[in-house]
Amino acid sequence: MIPDEHESTTVAVIDPGPEKVLGPGHDYGTVTDKIAGVVYRPFMRTPRQMFVGFACAFVLVNLFLVAVTWLFARGVGVWGIVIPIAWGFAIVNFVWWIGIGHAGTLISAILLLLKQDWRTSINRFSEAMTLFAVACAAMFPVLHLGRPWLAYWLLPYPNTMWLWPQPRSPLIWDVFAVSTYATVSFIFWFTGLIPDFATMRDEGRGPIARKIFGMLAMGWRGSARHWARYQKAYLLLAGLSTPLVVSVHSVVSFDFAVAVLPGWHTTIFPPYFVAGAIYSGFAMVLSLAIPVRRWYHLEDLITMRHIECMAKVMLGTGLIVAYGYAMEAFMSWYSGDQYERYAFFNRMWAGGYWWTYWLLILCNILIPQLLWSKKIRLNVGAVFVISLFVNVGMWLERFVIVVTSLTRDFVPSSWGMYYPTIWDWSTYFGTIGVFLCLMFLFIRVLPAISIFEMREVVHHLEPSHAHGD
Amino acid sequence: MSPVSTYWRSLEELAQTPEFRAFVEDEFPNRKPDWNDSASRRHFLTLMGASLALAGASSCTVQPKELIVPYVRQPEEFVPGKPLFYATAMSVAGIGTGVLVESHLGRPTKIEGNPQHPASLGATDAAMQASVLTLYDPDRSQTVTRNGYISTWGSFITAMTKEREAALAKKGAGLRILTGTVTSPTLAAQIQEFLAANPQAKWHHWEPCGRHSVRAGAMAAFGRPLNTIYRFDKANTIVSLDADFLCSGMPGGLRYTRDYSDRRRAAAADSGTMPPRLYVAEGTPSITGGMAEHRFRMATAAVAGFAGQIAQELRSPSPGAPLPVRTIAKDLAANRGASVVIAGEHQPAEVHALAHAINQTLGNIGQTVLYTDPVEANPIDEAASITELVSEMRAGAVEVLLIIGGNPVYDAPFDLNFLDALKKVRFRVHLGLYSNETAAWCHWHVPEAHYLESWSDTRAYDGTASIVQPLIEPIYGAKTAHELMSVLAGNADHSAHDTVRDYWQSQHTGKDFDDFWQVSLHDGVVAGTTFAERQAPSAKVPPETAVPEPGAGGIEVVFRPDPAVGDGTWSNNAWLQEMPKPQNKMTWNNAVWVSPRTAADQRLATGDIVDIEFKGFKVTGPLWILPGHADQSATVHFGYGRTRAGRIANGIGFSAYAIRTTGALWNGQGGKLIRKSGGYPFATTQHTQTMEERDPFRAGTFAEYRQRPDFARPEEDKVADDHTLFPLWNYNQHKWGMSIDLTACVGCHACTIACQAENNIPVVGKNEVAKGRHMNWLRVDRYYKGSMDDPETYYQPVPCMHCENALCELVCPVAATVHSGEGLNEMVYNRCVGTRYCSNNCPYKVRRFNFYLYSDWDTQSLYGVRNPDVSVRSRGVMEKCSYCVQRINRVKIDAEKEDRAIRDGEIVTACQQACPTQAIVFGDLNDPNSRVSKLKRQQRDYGLLEELNTRPRTTYLARLRNPHPDLEKT
Repeated sequence: MIPDEHESTTVAVIDPGPEKVLGPGHDYGTVTDKIAGVVYRPFMRTPRQMFVGFACAFVLVNLFLVAVTWLFARGVGVWGIVIPIAWGFAIVNFVWWIGIGHAGTLISAILLLLKQDWRTSINRFSEAMTLFAVACAAMFPVLHLGRPWLAYWLLPYPNTMWLWPQPRSPLIWDVFAVSTYATVSFIFWFTGLIPDFATMRDEGRGPIARKIFGMLAMGWRGSARHWARYQKAYLLLAGLSTPLVVSVHSVVSFDFAVAVLPGWHTTIFPPYFVAGAIYSGFAMVLSLAIPVRRWYHLEDLITMRHIECMAKVMLGTGLIVAYGYAMEAFMSWYSGDQYERYAFFNRMWAGGYWWTYWLLILCNILIPQLLWSKKIRLNVGAVFVISLFVNVGMWLERFVIVVTSLTRDFVPSSWGMYYPTIWDWSTYFGTIGVFLCLMFLFIRVLPAISIFEMREVVHHLEPSHAHGD
Repeated sequence: MSPVSTYWRSLEELAQTPEFRAFVEDEFPNRKPDWNDSASRRHFLTLMGASLALAGASSCTVQPKELIVPYVRQPEEFVPGKPLFYATAMSVAGIGTGVLVESHLGRPTKIEGNPQHPASLGATDAAMQASVLTLYDPDRSQTVTRNGYISTWGSFITAMTKEREAALAKKGAGLRILTGTVTSPTLAAQIQEFLAANPQAKWHHWEPCGRHSVRAGAMAAFGRPLNTIYRFDKANTIVSLDADFLCSGMPGGLRYTRDYSDRRRAAAADSGTMPPRLYVAEGTPSITGGMAEHRFRMATAAVAGFAGQIAQELRSPSPGAPLPVRTIAKDLAANRGASVVIAGEHQPAEVHALAHAINQTLGNIGQTVLYTDPVEANPIDEAASITELVSEMRAGAVEVLLIIGGNPVYDAPFDLNFLDALKKVRFRVHLGLYSNETAAWCHWHVPEAHYLESWSDTRAYDGTASIVQPLIEPIYGAKTAHELMSVLAGNADHSAHDTVRDYWQSQHTGKDFDDFWQVSLHDGVVAGTTFAERQAPSAKVPPETAVPEPGAGGIEVVFRPDPAVGDGTWSNNAWLQEMPKPQNKMTWNNAVWVSPRTAADQRLATGDIVDIEFKGFKVTGPLWILPGHADQSATVHFGYGRTRAGRIANGIGFSAYAIRTTGALWNGQGGKLIRKSGGYPFATTQHTQTMEERDPFRAGTFAEYRQRPDFARPEEDKVADDHTLFPLWNYNQHKWGMSIDLTACVGCHACTIACQAENNIPVVGKNEVAKGRHMNWLRVDRYYKGSMDDPETYYQPVPCMHCENALCELVCPVAATVHSGEGLNEMVYNRCVGTRYCSNNCPYKVRRFNFYLYSDWDTQSLYGVRNPDVSVRSRGVMEKCSYCVQRINRVKIDAEKEDRAIRDGEIVTACQQACPTQAIVFGDLNDPNSRVSKLKRQQRDYGLLEELNTRPRTTYLARLRNPHPDLEKT
């Protein structure tokens, strides 16, 4: 579909295939119009799928509100957690969401530094995804507290009791890691948006949109000096975010690795968690980008090249994760430690959750091997389905680590089972609703693809055609 | 007022007397003298102090609306914040055990054993610990009722007096008194006095889990109901014929447990001492069976035959006898005068007679087995007694029935149909703690005073008498049996105190009765009342009855009091309901216990709901497969299936009384199990039954230990002190530690309930236990070893280990769990935000979390039971064993005030205090001479999961067994 309300020049939507990052016929104006057109499309002309999707997500948001209200009213007992499985879905979801967030930072920062051309049309989108995923993730550590109204005690604030957080606890490291990550991700995302806000302001329909975008643009005029400084700042921010890609999930993995629990107490966790995070992040970007690309007919901006590159990253990180699984198994045997061996044995078939482990192997290792085939990588439907499997698989991985390890630890008398309740599920699906709602709103009201960077792409690809007018 | 008024209001005014002048001029006439008038103030303070000292907690019942005045001068020893201890005694099925009761501002909060009492020696069992909760139970009967409507004690006296006078005229004809077993000398005297005056009246007994067979056995053997006392401290060889004498509620059980454990402990500490050897023949796994060196699993009915074989083998050894019988006989013969053969309370009279005979043959009498006069005031055949009562009631011969305590409608033999007969009685009175199933069918119900509210007396297993003194005014205005009997004696104003005191005064021969009374109250034992040993005639052994083949004629059905709630007396006690039953760690339920093989034969699984048919009656209950149970046999427990017990007990479990008949009071053949459906949800606190190739519980034999003393602590477990970059912390003052002796521990769970009582641990209910959220700070792990048919059973109490390198402290983000300067791992509830990370990282899983608001903040009466020294936790915080830090601090403060060092053994944790075996020892590790330091130097000392370098302060002494070499399984 063509953003037909727009008076500017239009180009036919043609996917240029796996070689190119931009469809043919685009110049600065068409790129700008196409992306801004998504935002400036009249409300009623929003694609029907967006309405349906948003409605579903909104139902889940309400489910989330009900679940959280009940949780706060009664206590964490409404969940299935018990002694010894004192951490359940809340922590599984926390790690899963944080992991999903990783793709955004990786695409924006690391791929920028590595000068990967295919990052451009998906970076904004995945940065937003990062922010929303971190928002969902950050809720869980608070929700899961026995006394959530005292969550601020985890922050180092001066108080008359002279009490500070206990710095040896990985949970405190988490507080810093996640809050830093959220802050930097937000600044990075917002900085990237400033030139586009200015474009939106200038393209603006109506005074209100102009006012809002004008304020958000913070006086951007696009002067050469602006651009010079902007590039420097953006690069610096990218440099700042790069270590975060590695650090955040490493710190999250310390929650487990520092503990003595067999199945948690593993030195391989930091790199293995980071790889897993990127793995799940790319899976989530694909799961979201593929439908949106279709609904808004953005095949010429998010091309098969993008999809294929992401599929390759997924395959690569997936293999690292597979190596991690193999090493876990090997080390549990090689350590000679009775409890480590049993923990793995328990994970694979002794305990009540053996099926989650094998399902996880299926989703995370076996199915993604299909991506070795170029034919499958170029099949959008197949990539979409595989990305969904990976999302499920990565959630299961966290479940296996968090829950299965806790069910059987050292003293057999205290072994137990964990049965999630309806409130566990409601909270989990509720955050998916929150995430999707925010994504749908983002796509509708902000340029989901970086306009100025796409113009750069046009500039680099077809300098002669850049100024079509 | 003008003196010239012409109107006058009274003759006094007219006369203008000085009194009248004063009256007119006083602003508030006719008032009491000023309270600050010095004479009356003293009087006021005396009254105030006395009432507070005796029964200060009357504030628990009614808060006065009027202004009250604090006492300016406090009564002696009455210091807020400082508990006082009073001696009294608790009776179970009539038999008393001495206790000390901790009282905070006149409010009893905790039961401890009385070290001076021979049946306690300082120990208690779980039921005694939990009895304080019953005192404050909001479901207790709170008022006199008549036909179910609220009435008054005064109205009852009027009605009862009328009946009394009518009965007097007929010399008591038609009047019957029904009690449980009575040992109280005062109550017995009151009843006998009444019977003497009214010879036509009768006194009947029914104690559902009384010592029917024991009495019958003594009658059969000796022709008189002699009481038997065992001296396990002198026994080298013990043969238990289905006798659960360790912590089971058997009279003297606590003392027996202590004597037996002392022997084992001594043998473990000193290689020159001979360890005792215990053989147990039983069908239903018991605590005693778990401790046995050799447990012979057989149908309960087959124990008689086994006993006969032993007797036969002792008389004439034959090589044809089975190996166990030959070995036992050999062992017994080698320990003449130093062995005990003890028959179970639930075994028939023949087995008891046989045991008496064997003991006599072995020369044990006077050594390890002593005979005394019966402890019961009226040792009669109680089953015959209630049968007679019922037939008289049915015949219409009973007009007035006084049921003093008890609950016969629920617990009388079912074939008697007690209720049906009861309805024929014209005037029925029930005295009871609860308005229970029986109260519902009585015209009058009078709330009975709890023993902590009562003046009374009781006798222990060896006859030692104790005065029961109240700690608190009856909370609900309840009455004692003595007061009821006083009404019957036409002496309604006579208080229980006066009755008891008068009785003892009448018995007192010396001069100074006041001193005697004071000392008796103070000590909790009446000096010189222990029964003297009696000579028993040679025991007659009744002819052996044919033992039915196991499985012949259906399943054997065995009845037992519930390991937690007993015969139903404690059904409504939530602590006991939530106490895991030692055998299967099940809570809030009873079940039909069968062996794995029987279950396989009948195609039954744990959780199946079965009909159990026996002697023409039927109940429906869930099935539990219990390893070690006899085949072709099913055990059911009393105490459940209540309909009017209270909110806790109503509607849970099934009533085993509904298939219990006079012909088979304890067991019988011919039962049938019929599967109805499956999937019954049990709530257990332990799901894994075995140690899964790990070694949390370490056991060996005495012989092994003497050969290889370090068997319990292999080299690879030890973590050297220099295995760390950081220097170990130096404890300059104290360094607390605990030692738990698994050789002594029998697994009775008294420590669990003692901890619950001391530390305000909430009850969570069946659903939460089923999820795995029970709150016991001190759990007792139970592991099986060996075959599922006949495993060895091990019990291991697990409190917080107070690790030196505490993993929980490392991971708490808010420093809510920290190490104290004396080595305690402390939990700061105020600071806890509830991340539960500490629990995840605790390898012992001893931390408990308040997933909901578990503590009851709403029920006013339960405020009373709380220990004011321990915080009541709110929702969302973690909690765990604190080594009873409040007790440590109390002693520290006392020592500091007296400017002295803390003495070893001065600090006693709640679990340690209650432990009947003294398996738990707490003390200062900095003192090399403290008991705990010495115990930890024993070579069988080991720490749980020491290889993790947690450096636990709670360590275990490995279990040692003394198997007979001929029987030791290879």
